[in-house]
Amino acid sequence: MSEHAHDHAHGAEGHGDGHDDHGLAHTTPVSLLVGILAILLVLTILTVSVTSFDLGAQGNLVVAMVIATIKAALVVTFFMHLFWDKKFHLILFMTSVLFLILFLSMAITDRGEYDKDVEAFRAAQAQLNAK
Amino acid sequence: MSDATSEAAEAPKPKSGPPAAKHGHDDGNGHDHGHGHEEHDPIHLANPHLAHHFDTPQQQFDAGKLGIWLFLLTEVLFFAGLFCAYTVYRAYRPEVFVYAHYFLNTKLGALNTCVLLLSSLTAAWSVRNAQLRQHSALKLNIVITILCACTFMVVKYFEYQHKFHDGLLPGPHFAPTEQVWELESFKHKHPEAAEYAEHLYKQAEKKKAAAEKPAAAGAAPAPGAEAAKEGAAATEEHTVHARPTEEQLEPLIAAGVLGPKAETRDVPSKPRNAHVFFSIYFFMTGLHGLHVLIGIGIWVWLLLKANKNVFGPNYFGPIDYAALYWHLVDLIWIYLFPLLYLIH
Repeated sequence: MSEHAHDHAHGAEGHGDGHDDHGLAHTTPVSLLVGILAILLVLTILTVSVTSFDLGAQGNLVVAMVIATIKAALVVTFFMHLFWDKKFHLILFMTSVLFLILFLSMAITDRGEYDKDVEAFRAAQAQLNAK
Repeated sequence: MSDATSEAAEAPKPKSGPPAAKHGHDDGNGHDHGHGHEEHDPIHLANPHLAHHFDTPQQQFDAGKLGIWLFLLTEVLFFAGLFCAYTVYRAYRPEVFVYAHYFLNTKLGALNTCVLLLSSLTAAWSVRNAQLRQHSALKLNIVITILCACTFMVVKYFEYQHKFHDGLLPGPHFAPTEQVWELESFKHKHPEAAEYAEHLYKQAEKKKAAAEKPAAAGAAPAPGAEAAKEGAAATEEHTVHARPTEEQLEPLIAAGVLGPKAETRDVPSKPRNAHVFFSIYFFMTGLHGLHVLIGIGIWVWLLLKANKNVFGPNYFGPIDYAALYWHLVDLIWIYLFPLLYLIH
């Protein structure tokens, strides 16, 4: 499908079925768009209903994030046309996602670093109050 | 670059007449950058919406598309800061999130998710309409997108109003009017725990009242001793009669109502620093809502433009870029919804 995106010299008025290249970029068929919305709505219902089950300590969070990521991937791939678009745009977007993941994972590694200081502060305060 | 472009750049076109040349805004300097006068060139003549600094509609479209993707990249990183705050605080104080999520209305959140997803469909559809020169369908899809966005904001308004009313405000303004175990969402999920918390709370109130009564009377010779005696009696009664079961205790500890994470040791209360959740909640949903508002503005502007029937296969960039922005706003909500409303 990606050949459409590079087909620049194509005439602008190439009307045909939904899969055709209409001038500057790919035209997404309506049936596909509606189908994607249907899947997104089903996934939304799924992610809401799954909260009533206990899936262990972080199980619910993991399931919710997996479903959200599937939804996000569907939106990015089809609604945002990245499936047919230049691969460079995909690289750009994935770069931002990569840095987002780096940012979060680096930040989360030192979340407990100050626990000792906090405990020491609390102990000192408790001692002061006792006096 | 396609053949048509270089041809247009090199050969002066016979079509160009003196009135067109007068239109020139590059007063002779245009010769330097070798693009020729757009007034002379059939591509610009055929495409009134092709800016003079682009050679072809394709180049204009691709440049805009690259621009909007770069912007979306910065948007992801912009929101990353708030997602980072969320992640770090949730990892550090999970009980605050368990506590606070009972105050959020999952149904309204789910409704807003569906509304936003629907608007994403109509936004993507409007790009197709613009590409295919389907003017009335384009306008209809933009109008539906705007209506969905407004619905989202109205729902958000009622949610915020409810939060303000219940004292669920960030920072020092945080003063919830209801205890978490009094909420329907909590009672529905953990009926036994709610009952137990209610029982503990009432007992503590009684104890407090008993301790205050002699103090208020003032005349009592040894108020401390009497209160202690009554308090001890209350505790004894509680330990004898109500040994909490797992179901009664677990949800309360998980929500920071009881135990070491709670604000007070003996009385069921709220977790320490619960207001931080609402800071995160208001900042994340607020910034997202601001994006929705800006999106409404963009769509209204595009509706006015679409009203002039300017969009077609060679000029649909603005619709496409707005739709891409709109999808990113939707994308952020796709993550915000489970992270804020669906905490287990």
